[in-house]
Amino acid sequence: MKIHEYQAKDLFAAYGIPVKSYILCRTPDEVVSAYSQLNVNKVVLKAQVLTGGRGKAGGIKLADNPQEVQTRSEAILNLKIKDIPVDRIIVTEAVDIKKEYYLSIVVDRNTKSALLMLSSDGGIDIEEVAHSTPERIHKFQIDPMLGTPDFFTRKVAFTLFSDIKLVNQLSHIIKSLYMLFIETDASLAEINPLVLTDDDKLIAVDAKMTFDDNALFRQPKIAELFEPTEEEKKERDAKSKGFSYVHLGGEIGCMVNGAGLAMATMDLIKRYRGNPANFLDIGGSSNSEKVVQALKLLLKDDDVKVVLINIFGGITRCDDVANGILQAFEQIETDIPVVVRLTGTNEEAGRALLRDSKLYVANTMSEATRLAVNISLKTY
Amino acid sequence: MSILIDQNTRVVVQGITGRDGGFHALKMKDYGTQIVAGTSPGKGGMFVNGIPVFNTVHETVKLLRANTSIIFVPAAFAFDAILEAADAGIKLIICITEGIPTLDIVKAYSYVKQKGASLIGPNCPGLISPEKSLVGIMPATVFKKGGVGIISRSGTLTYEVVYHLTAAGLGQSTAIGIGGDPVVGLHYLELLAMFEDDDETDSIVLIGEIGGNAEEKAASFIEHHVSKPVVAFIAGQTAPADKQMGHAGAIISSGSGSAKEKIEALEAVGIHVAPEPSMIPGLLKR
Repeated sequence: MKIHEYQAKDLFAAYGIPVKSYILCRTPDEVVSAYSQLNVNKVVLKAQVLTGGRGKAGGIKLADNPQEVQTRSEAILNLKIKDIPVDRIIVTEAVDIKKEYYLSIVVDRNTKSALLMLSSDGGIDIEEVAHSTPERIHKFQIDPMLGTPDFFTRKVAFTLFSDIKLVNQLSHIIKSLYMLFIETDASLAEINPLVLTDDDKLIAVDAKMTFDDNALFRQPKIAELFEPTEEEKKERDAKSKGFSYVHLGGEIGCMVNGAGLAMATMDLIKRYRGNPANFLDIGGSSNSEKVVQALKLLLKDDDVKVVLINIFGGITRCDDVANGILQAFEQIETDIPVVVRLTGTNEEAGRALLRDSKLYVANTMSEATRLAVNISLKTY
Repeated sequence: MSILIDQNTRVVVQGITGRDGGFHALKMKDYGTQIVAGTSPGKGGMFVNGIPVFNTVHETVKLLRANTSIIFVPAAFAFDAILEAADAGIKLIICITEGIPTLDIVKAYSYVKQKGASLIGPNCPGLISPEKSLVGIMPATVFKKGGVGIISRSGTLTYEVVYHLTAAGLGQSTAIGIGGDPVVGLHYLELLAMFEDDDETDSIVLIGEIGGNAEEKAASFIEHHVSKPVVAFIAGQTAPADKQMGHAGAIISSGSGSAKEKIEALEAVGIHVAPEPSMIPGLLKR
């Protein structure tokens, strides 16, 4: 789950990480009055959207008089950044930058630990740095049992600074950031840039955090910050029914048990020159209630011309799955053709049950997919 | 042989009084797995499907020599369950539970390693050495004893692949689902090394998916350390970026972790990547 920069800055401030105060605005007029309220010469106007690449898209601008503040905030509030309209801006005092650094903590799959990363190449696209000059990013694994003892943060900080005063400032920031990371179940906490000002103070000029969805049940304050897009609302609704759903935009609605098999089904549709409408994993087992719910979800999508049900009957036997599907179709009226592929335990019995219905029954995943693609091409 | 589990594996089921725990304990027992006990704090002394229940894992190790545990407890309690198993001296811990906070696994993994034990999962279907032992929720009927070792990040996709292998007369030595979360225990590298050393395994199928760069690392490991033939399948070629595809770990983020990169890395070292699951047996027989 993502949050806005200003929300991340609130968390930073609460954990003692130095940030400049900001004023959140929704209209150019609010921005202008925020400017006079801050009573500083130069300010930064920053679009608040839940996506990266704000700078490149023109979502971050400097201004040093009311006129500029007005016109530039208007421009930003009229932007769409990666299709997301900008509805919020923060106004904050511009700082004098001596040098920019990069600091982040992420969960790393390979080391199976929280990984601290820092670089003297801050302020720019860190993925680009990682790609072209990986040696310029310093990485340190954090031992989950030890956390961030003094010697560790000092060792880390000395890779960027030799002045002990700066080392101490950075050590403090690292400790605070890690504590925040752990206590909020974050998956990313990033400061880019971490700025060294002309008077030798380190300040987090930007703040980015994402959180582990699996941990939201024990992070109610973080969960409250969730601002789902329309797509995410659908996905969350599906999740509450025990499904994983992602809309893709094609014509073949897919219903599959298991995430890996669901992805493989999408891939196969594409390989046979069709277009999957969605990813839908209805979970390892499948009963009629689940099939009904999943069908309703698929048929809400007007682009769907054919439904492909791909079930591997393992623990749940194929004859039980077939009965579930038949019961589901007693409850749902639809003219949309449905292709069913059932394989696994008791598959013959399962298919025999479906043969008298109006469903198309296929023996293999390839056969079912080919059939669904052909139907979609004919009806499209 | 086979890897990790065989007829001598003695299993304790943590969370046996839950619906899934009880159901699968019986399935495993019926398959012939030595299910020596289950645990559920406060319910020691009762029986579930004829299996004795204890309050602690420690007792099952001490009294019944349990050496492997399988965990079915809910996500909020799974961290503690993994620690309990490792503390009790269990050497192989299989965590089926889905939805565990990642930082819990980071911490639990560190403790398991410190205790000299191994973790499989979480969010996994477990593992099976056909005709010897099943420690997981896999449908045993599709598996057959043989020489193919399987390592997979997925559940039903593994059954799909195994179904084709079995139909083609290619049995399996051990099949392991390593789990769909970003951070999981035993992964490709450790398991590839075990299969390479296992006498009964003559070839390996690696089933990967989008997210992370484990398949790329596996490709490089295979190039240098695996002499047995390997065939791979990668799911998620049509997955959009920045969307989690069911598994918490199946996400293309910041432009990396795509199926294309993985397939290219594998093919670059001469590993056949099957375009569809049904083509895996043909590639193995080549």
